[in-house]
Amino acid sequence: MAKTLFEKVWDAHIVHKIDDSTEILYIDRHLVHEVTSPQAFAGLEKRGIEVFRTQNTVATPDHNVPTKDQHLPIQEELSRLQVAKLKDNCEKYGVQMFGLGHPNHGIVHIIGPELGITQPGMTIVCGDSHTSTHGAFGAIAFGIGTSQVESVLATQCLLQSKPKTMKIQIDGELGKGVLSKDIILYIISQISSSGGTGYFVEYCGSAIESLSMEARMTVCNMSIEMGARGGMIAPDQTTFNYIEGREHAPKGENWEKAVAYWKSLKTDEGAKFDKELYIKAEDIGPMVTYGTNPGMGVRVDSHIPTLDKIEGENNRITFKKSLDYMGFNPGDNMIGKKIDWVFIGSCTNGRIEDLRIFADYVKGKKKADHVNDLIVPGSKQVENQARAEGLDKIIEEAGFKFREPGCSACLAMNEDKVPKGQYSISTSNRNFEGRQGPGARTILASPLTVAAAAINGYITNVAEEV
Amino acid sequence: MEKFQTLVSTAVPLQVEDVDTDQIIPARFLKATTRDGFGENLFRDWRYNPDGSLKEDFVLNNPKYSGDILVGGKNFGSGSSREHAAWAIRDYPFKVVVSSFFADIFKGNALNNGLLPVQVSEEFLSKIFNAIEADPKAELKVDLENQAITLVSTGESENFEISEYKKVCLLNGYDDIDYILSKKAEILEFEKNQVKF
Repeated sequence: MAKTLFEKVWDAHIVHKIDDSTEILYIDRHLVHEVTSPQAFAGLEKRGIEVFRTQNTVATPDHNVPTKDQHLPIQEELSRLQVAKLKDNCEKYGVQMFGLGHPNHGIVHIIGPELGITQPGMTIVCGDSHTSTHGAFGAIAFGIGTSQVESVLATQCLLQSKPKTMKIQIDGELGKGVLSKDIILYIISQISSSGGTGYFVEYCGSAIESLSMEARMTVCNMSIEMGARGGMIAPDQTTFNYIEGREHAPKGENWEKAVAYWKSLKTDEGAKFDKELYIKAEDIGPMVTYGTNPGMGVRVDSHIPTLDKIEGENNRITFKKSLDYMGFNPGDNMIGKKIDWVFIGSCTNGRIEDLRIFADYVKGKKKADHVNDLIVPGSKQVENQARAEGLDKIIEEAGFKFREPGCSACLAMNEDKVPKGQYSISTSNRNFEGRQGPGARTILASPLTVAAAAINGYITNVAEEV
Repeated sequence: MEKFQTLVSTAVPLQVEDVDTDQIIPARFLKATTRDGFGENLFRDWRYNPDGSLKEDFVLNNPKYSGDILVGGKNFGSGSSREHAAWAIRDYPFKVVVSSFFADIFKGNALNNGLLPVQVSEEFLSKIFNAIEADPKAELKVDLENQAITLVSTGESENFEISEYKKVCLLNGYDDIDYILSKKAEILEFEKNQVKF
């Protein structure tokens, strides 16, 4: 029977079928960070059991870490304790951990791919919803809660119900100044922040195939922002080129075998999806969000919807509440909105390509005086690569500070926060109320749109500049 | 995990859509290394002013409303995978969350913590909100065994879905890990047959 990519990978990992809706699924790789794991390790201790497969597990602290002076102890006590707890747990249970300052340290979803841990056809989980990032390699990757973290530590398995499948096909050529971040923000604006709930998405089409691995990761990363369990892209030569030679990639004869298998990981002709969505690349422009969920986005050259465009009384109440929080009015243009903070980084856009795009734009220019900045590489490898390419110099000459790796202002669990009422244009993934700090107002955008706002001090349309 | 028993209770109406996990429990309160005490910061920024005083207009601070059931607008629990959101609601303590639509990961997390997510139709959700608005002491009955939720005053009822496996777990207080551990032989067999590179 013709199968989708998702079904091929899923079916290859079923250990036991309980009933029609529940299966025990084997997990190939488990990524662990400091926030969602301490209670899971405590659970193991209570049960008196060990980590079942330490070789399939890797840990790194990312959410809590400061992005400057990482050689010094973490100042905030609770953050310091949580990071220390991860180290203790990893030592006690024999799990490999890359701590602060280690050449492999970084945001968990950045280091998995760059170390070659993430590979096509795998099942990958982490106690973090943006685990969907790894789907860019043709893996089934999704976020889990702490009880499930404990389950995977204890058994390398999870109880799962099989999601429905959705195909999102984007054909055509992307316009000037349009990046993969714009693709995913456009998709979410079309199907809403809950339109993917219950589904696992496969992204395909010529516009997706043309993307680099970094750009594909940005698309898959935000699958969860439409409610989808995850998103994936069939592996191709771009994927194999990216993986080859990385630390944990298969070597020699194994490499040949692996590539042969990976090439079989694509949706068969005639395979059925539960839902299909077709998008023309030409319809996508540089995007920004104006509200408090990632579905509230518009093309930057458009404007915030007027109230009569919002259907249903409940939706209008939510829309108005959201705009009140943001300090915007229905019908407002987004171009020209003043910006107080810029954030480049996160598991969405903290990779080397994102820093190259930012540096290329700001080169020889100066940051707007009133703009505060957080320019944060996603990992130590990204940081070192940027330094080797001289990007740090370009960024600093333009008036920005180049920081050390971590989740930073994506979620305001560490020192990097946006103050109440201020506007932040951000390459991260969520514009929820208070996400970047209590009262902070977040506008999601691509690294290029953020770079332009950093120089101009307000939102512009990069499609008219590049 | 505590066994889930049939519940008759008043409910707290949170008539907001897209309640995301950052509202349920903001990230800055995720620094604990145990599961306890998250109820204190449930809906922190909606419930308290920055100086720690209560926001009087928030529904949890309204003495009219109380009970073991939280009723939310559609797309409840979107966003992060943080199980702390389910812990905070359970610790408050609520035992049931009712909505017309739940985000995937939140729903799974709730079920793993003895917090029953009850998904009802838009129409029934409106009826519940209206009933509570008319009478804050209006009671709901949640019967997991028969998968039914009932407005006690009128007897209007709707069935809700839950996987048979999860129902058995909740009714008996079992958790997934005990079950999977009992299948260890199958896991080892699976590993033996898996192709590795």
